[in-house]
Amino acid sequence: MRARTARTIFGALAIVIAVIWVFPVYWMVNSSLLPNTTLLSFVPTFVPFGGSLNNFTAALADGEFYAALGMSVSITLIAVFFCLIFAFLGAVAISRFRFRGRKSFIIAVLVVQMLPAEGLFIAQYKMVASVHLLDSVIGVSVIYIAAVVPFTIWMLRGFVAGVPADLEEAAMVDGLSRFGAFMRITFPLLAPGLVASGVYAFLQAWNEFTVALVLLPSEAAQTLPLWLRGFVQASATRETDWGQVMAASTLVAVPVIVFFLIVQGRLTSGLVSGAVKG
Amino acid sequence: MALTVERRRTNRAPYLLLIPAVGILLIGMGYPVVWQAITSLQEYGLQQQFGKAAPFVFLENYIELATNASFWAVVAKSIAFCLITAVATLAIGLGLALLMNVVGKAPRLILQIALLLAWSMPVVAAMTVWIWLFDRRRGAVNYLLDLIPGVDMNRFNWLETPTTFFIVASVIVIWMSVPFVAFSSYAGLTQISEEVMEAAQLDGANGWQRFWGIILPMIRPVIAIVFLLQIIWDLRVFTQITMLQDAGSKSSEFDLLGTYIFKLGTKAQDFGMASAVSILVLAITIVLSWFYIRSLLKEDEA
Repeated sequence: MRARTARTIFGALAIVIAVIWVFPVYWMVNSSLLPNTTLLSFVPTFVPFGGSLNNFTAALADGEFYAALGMSVSITLIAVFFCLIFAFLGAVAISRFRFRGRKSFIIAVLVVQMLPAEGLFIAQYKMVASVHLLDSVIGVSVIYIAAVVPFTIWMLRGFVAGVPADLEEAAMVDGLSRFGAFMRITFPLLAPGLVASGVYAFLQAWNEFTVALVLLPSEAAQTLPLWLRGFVQASATRETDWGQVMAASTLVAVPVIVFFLIVQGRLTSGLVSGAVKG
Repeated sequence: MALTVERRRTNRAPYLLLIPAVGILLIGMGYPVVWQAITSLQEYGLQQQFGKAAPFVFLENYIELATNASFWAVVAKSIAFCLITAVATLAIGLGLALLMNVVGKAPRLILQIALLLAWSMPVVAAMTVWIWLFDRRRGAVNYLLDLIPGVDMNRFNWLETPTTFFIVASVIVIWMSVPFVAFSSYAGLTQISEEVMEAAQLDGANGWQRFWGIILPMIRPVIAIVFLLQIIWDLRVFTQITMLQDAGSKSSEFDLLGTYIFKLGTKAQDFGMASAVSILVLAITIVLSWFYIRSLLKEDEA
């Protein structure tokens, strides 16, 4: 009986915490649906009655949105694509071969993950400027790939190590070449790992702010996070138009949230296997 | 004959496989680190940016930093902010993981979905919502606090003084990072076998004893790694502080290391000094993470 009461109390506590935690997300969507006259009242409206999509129309009317969307999509696709190829090859190297320098490479991969972007941005700016790639998709993508590759190698390594090399050897005994055995046996088993690391790379590149801020100085070349910040700043010169700002934030956030919820099981299992399986 | 060919090929294969990854790391990270380290030893101000040669001043930038009181104030603030935020994140995250472990399926799922939603918010979008929540005049936070009898938060400006500014920043960072800690710790908790817990219960261990004696030691590796990552991330918060400064004051009183470097590099155009600060931050980060790296390497050998 006592255990049951405790369980109920804890259950209620969990739900209260859930409500508190989700409140900002709810508030963003709620405010984005409310007309400005309602938002201007001093009593917040907690339920989106009389919701309309006007704020979204207004935010989308900002012509730079589509340019920023295009920029974000291109940079993210390039970064994810190359990151996966590079990381896949690297992961195979360190989990299938023992070679001189292997350990140094692993240490380098770990250390690089710790480097703060804010500590390197001047050099990256100078470097990208010197090859005339500021405000370009390529300049930002190169830095993103370098920033994400170490962790994806680490994550994929767990998956490659999870496929026993015996399986490949058995296939080689059956007459396949080493490469053939790898492609026919191991590669299909790595699909979940590639998805998980692709998702990780996607989220990093799509949400990144600091590097984009430095390497895309022009107003005309922005990613979505930069666009959103600019939108907030432009709006703040007058009385902040919170309805529109929240609609803009929702536009940037909701695709990521939906995507994340769909793939999160894969992502967390990938993170865990990268960290645990070694 | 065939054997030697085979061996030579396997010996070269790993290096060939590593070329793309190593290449991009050298370009994107290696070169910048070296450039930054060299520049930190030079006088590299506005004149140098317009082509004047940068003279080596060796440790002068570092000495200037070491004797600069405002720099130490920023370091102290950053470390305090980082430790408080990381400890709070860990405590709350671990608490929520334990809670997930004891409640029924439905409340657990509700809590997990709420945490996932917060976790998946892009940082820039999350910041705009939080700034709106803390808005002086029409923000929901002031409104809700005002409802508490005896509390007057009407038009309270959170972003006006450094203390309340950093409280807001800390709340936001905690909100965003708790889900990661909670899920990792929960994953660790689910590894503990039922039998061990039942045996402890039969032996008469109460909740606290079971927590300190069994649960904590078993999930210690997970906690160690998660805590270290939090420290590393919280030491260099940048986006959050920048966007809060957009909404409030840009004065240097509201700077942490990330924004401090950024301002030195962009506004003051003093690349030499900014590089010196960057190198110090890199050094602090590597010292902090060395423990993490070592523990990961140990696992690698196991």
